[in-house]
Amino acid sequence: MAKQQISLTVNGKAVEALVEPRTLLIHFLREELSLTGPHIGCDTSHCGACTVDLDGKSVKSCTVFAIQANGGEVTTIEGIAAPDGALHALQEGFREMHGLQCGFCTPGMITRAYRLLQENPRPTEAEIRMGISGNLCRCTGYQNIVKAIQYASAKLAGVPFEEAAE
Amino acid sequence: MNDTVLSPEQRAEKLEGIGCKRKRVEDIRFVQGKGNYVDDLKLPGMLYGDFVRSPYAHARVKKIDTSKATALPGVVAVLTAEELKGVNLAWMPTLAGDTQMVLADGKVLFQNQEVAFVVATDRYTAADGVELVEVEYEELPVNVDPLKAMDDGAPVIREDIKDKTEGAHGKRKHYNHIFSWEAGDKAAADAAFEEADVTIKEFIVYPRVHPCPLETCQCVASFDKITGDLTLWGTFQAPHVIRTVASLISPIPEHKIHVIAPDIGGGFGNKVGAYSGYICSIVASIVTGQPVKWVEDRIENLSTTAFARDFHMTTEIAATKDGRITGLRVYTLADHGAFDACANATKWPAGLFSIVSGSYDIPAAHCLVDGVYTNKAPGGVAYRCSFRVTEAAYCLERAMDIMAQKLGMDPAEFRMKNLIKREQFPYKSAFGWEYDSGDYETALNKAMAAVDYAGLRAEQKAKQEAFKRGETRELMGIGVAFFTEIVGAGPSRACDILGIAMFDSAEIRIHPTGTGICRLGTKSQGQGHETTYAQIIATELGIAADGITVEEGNTDTAPYGLGTYGSRSTPVSGAATAMACRKIKAKAQMIAAYLLEVHDDDLEWDVDRFRVKGNPERFKTMTELAWAAYHEVPPGMEPGLEAVNYYDPPNMTFPFGAYISVVDIDVDTGETKVRRFYALDDCGTRINPMIIEGQIHGGLTEAFAIAMGQEIHYDETGNVTSASFLDYFLPTAVETPKWETDWTTTPSPHHPIGAKGVGESPNVGGVPCFSNAVNDAFAFLGSTHIQMPHDHWRTWEAAEKLGLHT
Repeated sequence: MAKQQISLTVNGKAVEALVEPRTLLIHFLREELSLTGPHIGCDTSHCGACTVDLDGKSVKSCTVFAIQANGGEVTTIEGIAAPDGALHALQEGFREMHGLQCGFCTPGMITRAYRLLQENPRPTEAEIRMGISGNLCRCTGYQNIVKAIQYASAKLAGVPFEEAAE
Repeated sequence: MNDTVLSPEQRAEKLEGIGCKRKRVEDIRFVQGKGNYVDDLKLPGMLYGDFVRSPYAHARVKKIDTSKATALPGVVAVLTAEELKGVNLAWMPTLAGDTQMVLADGKVLFQNQEVAFVVATDRYTAADGVELVEVEYEELPVNVDPLKAMDDGAPVIREDIKDKTEGAHGKRKHYNHIFSWEAGDKAAADAAFEEADVTIKEFIVYPRVHPCPLETCQCVASFDKITGDLTLWGTFQAPHVIRTVASLISPIPEHKIHVIAPDIGGGFGNKVGAYSGYICSIVASIVTGQPVKWVEDRIENLSTTAFARDFHMTTEIAATKDGRITGLRVYTLADHGAFDACANATKWPAGLFSIVSGSYDIPAAHCLVDGVYTNKAPGGVAYRCSFRVTEAAYCLERAMDIMAQKLGMDPAEFRMKNLIKREQFPYKSAFGWEYDSGDYETALNKAMAAVDYAGLRAEQKAKQEAFKRGETRELMGIGVAFFTEIVGAGPSRACDILGIAMFDSAEIRIHPTGTGICRLGTKSQGQGHETTYAQIIATELGIAADGITVEEGNTDTAPYGLGTYGSRSTPVSGAATAMACRKIKAKAQMIAAYLLEVHDDDLEWDVDRFRVKGNPERFKTMTELAWAAYHEVPPGMEPGLEAVNYYDPPNMTFPFGAYISVVDIDVDTGETKVRRFYALDDCGTRINPMIIEGQIHGGLTEAFAIAMGQEIHYDETGNVTSASFLDYFLPTAVETPKWETDWTTTPSPHHPIGAKGVGESPNVGGVPCFSNAVNDAFAFLGSTHIQMPHDHWRTWEAAEKLGLHT
């Protein structure tokens, strides 16, 4: 199959590549760029384990072709922490609030929450639950994920967050 | 601050040992996308395998033409049963004593069965190759109903054993019959029913469901033709068992097989068994001389690798008219699909189903289970459950409500009256189990007080009256469930897998500078083992948990173990960890005595050090003793500080819990809202309360999914109609209720640190609690039992049948 040239920005770095038009963005990121943080959990865009940020929106990269990201700006879980390696408030919050167990949904979940908190910096619990409803978790029952996002929201807003993981 | 001025309590707190809500060490890599899962692995020259699968549930395979596929550039090999026969691997043994086709040999027995394995240079080309394999089928009659499996003239599922009258578990009474298994005393139970004042009998179905971890099953096989070594990375809950099975069915000796389970994205029982994908990847790597990766997609996962439950249970209780249970009988028809690939301890074809007398003092009980073949996927794994305990708890807890209803008693009151009393422990059940410890009445009383049970019943009564008057279309249901689990398999006298006793192991090495590494035979799939095992060591040896590396999943380095499932990690490997620590501590004590020039007996343990009795200023810390172990041991003593323990538990452990839920049901839409869910768990000693609560949240969410929507459903021609997330219910954050958790602590008397295991309790207790709540809403209208799952449609249908829509 004839390959096409694409150029895009991934986690702040310029990337140029030749890809088959049918190559999914998730496979391009994982196999060509070795960004194995985003995962594949379902192939039908239900589970959200493959969530990345594309041009300021959360997308499920298992249902986006790599060529659709041509010219775009992609952020994956690997691009969430500060350049000096300091964890993002969400990454810290997920650990503090026990918002993860097997870790498989976590990169997609954090990447989705990263966008959610830019869309709505101080979401209510109901808004968080709706905001992450495109991301499935089989381990945590979501309660501590909600808390992790509340923790990050408070930290980013500079207000105290007193609750502990349940 | 200098350690010497810290109080013992302050020193203990710094260790982050047992009881500490220690933050998980695993999380540092997971929150940064740096976990290491099987599909992240990339090896030079790695090929990809993909399956051709059967569109039919039952058909003869007339012809397989692979020529177009092999001609496709990029396709390296296509395997069929014919190729596998060359290496004697067209069939493989199952854990349950049956054999199973690796690739279709002459016919297919369930939809999506593996027919051919296409190996190509990338996953897209492999999928292209799959499309080009041409298979000619001749359809056969299909049966997917276990109730019809033993009918005269039922379709013959297994032609290979059609005439065999003996199976792995005794006599077979029909060509689709697998085994009969019974426990308890039939004559005593029958007599109890003859003499009973009141009896109930209900046909209770626990539908076929699937564990569905977010990461599917996958592996990479790499055979080195020069050395003859096979390395197999995979999503394995039991890596050592996979190594032994691989060596038993292949010519490769066990020491040449290296099984590695890296990070696993959830298991819940799905990743215990051995699947065709593993065998085909190994054979393909041997044939091609290159590494071969196989990754299931979601439809393949839901429709082929493992299922759970599919138990059809006729449940009977006998009681006196004042509500004392006198007898229990359960007859179960178990649908095992096309091959008996149940992941049970080998001698237990129906797992630990005989825990079915539950938490109650029942004098006479009997159960009988018949396993049958149908045209459905093989499996029968314990989905967040210890070997059929969920099925047992479900049928009993539903039947308890039905009996309470018949007696006109409150379900909680009826349970309270029959609970095993604290002074009866250790308690011998009618099925012969010896329950280790429990304080059931305290737990149920605490639960009822926490939710204001009497207040809830009063509110429900008022709502029922309002409903009858036509003032509301909403019904309120209160679910009560009390469960006792049996986990931590197991004593080797009772439990083995393919002849290997179900012990487990820990090997601990303390380094000269006082940190260490612990390797175990279990394998975390999200349970946080790297965090919690270190906490046991911290308390036992006085070494900070942060100073202990916990490593699992590499069969070359870890001591042999049977793996993680059936809540056995803490009861078995947790015990092994404590026992290995005690060996190390005993040696450290001798070194301390030598250095302090006192007798061993003149020393006492103080959090992180040995001190001289009556002279606490004279002590040696564990860090000092570690250095001494490599520097100046007593004359005649071996240097070094390490130990291994293989722990064969004297008994199972018996965690328990009391759960109460409240639902509100719109009878016109069937919509069911969970208003409240309170879960009290008693798992004995609590190692990390944060992780325990997390396990309970997750298990309750899986229970919610099962009770309210999950079913692997087949139509009558054998099409599996719920094999993607379009049809198979996984709750999102929006539907998932908020969980209230609580606990009591009744340590196990036979476990070195008193721990019992917890990960599966919420699934065992949660499913009946939800189902009882939905059923309870309709009980005042005379309804006794509505089958799961309680999705909106079925609940609406139940209301319709009760004439509530006229």
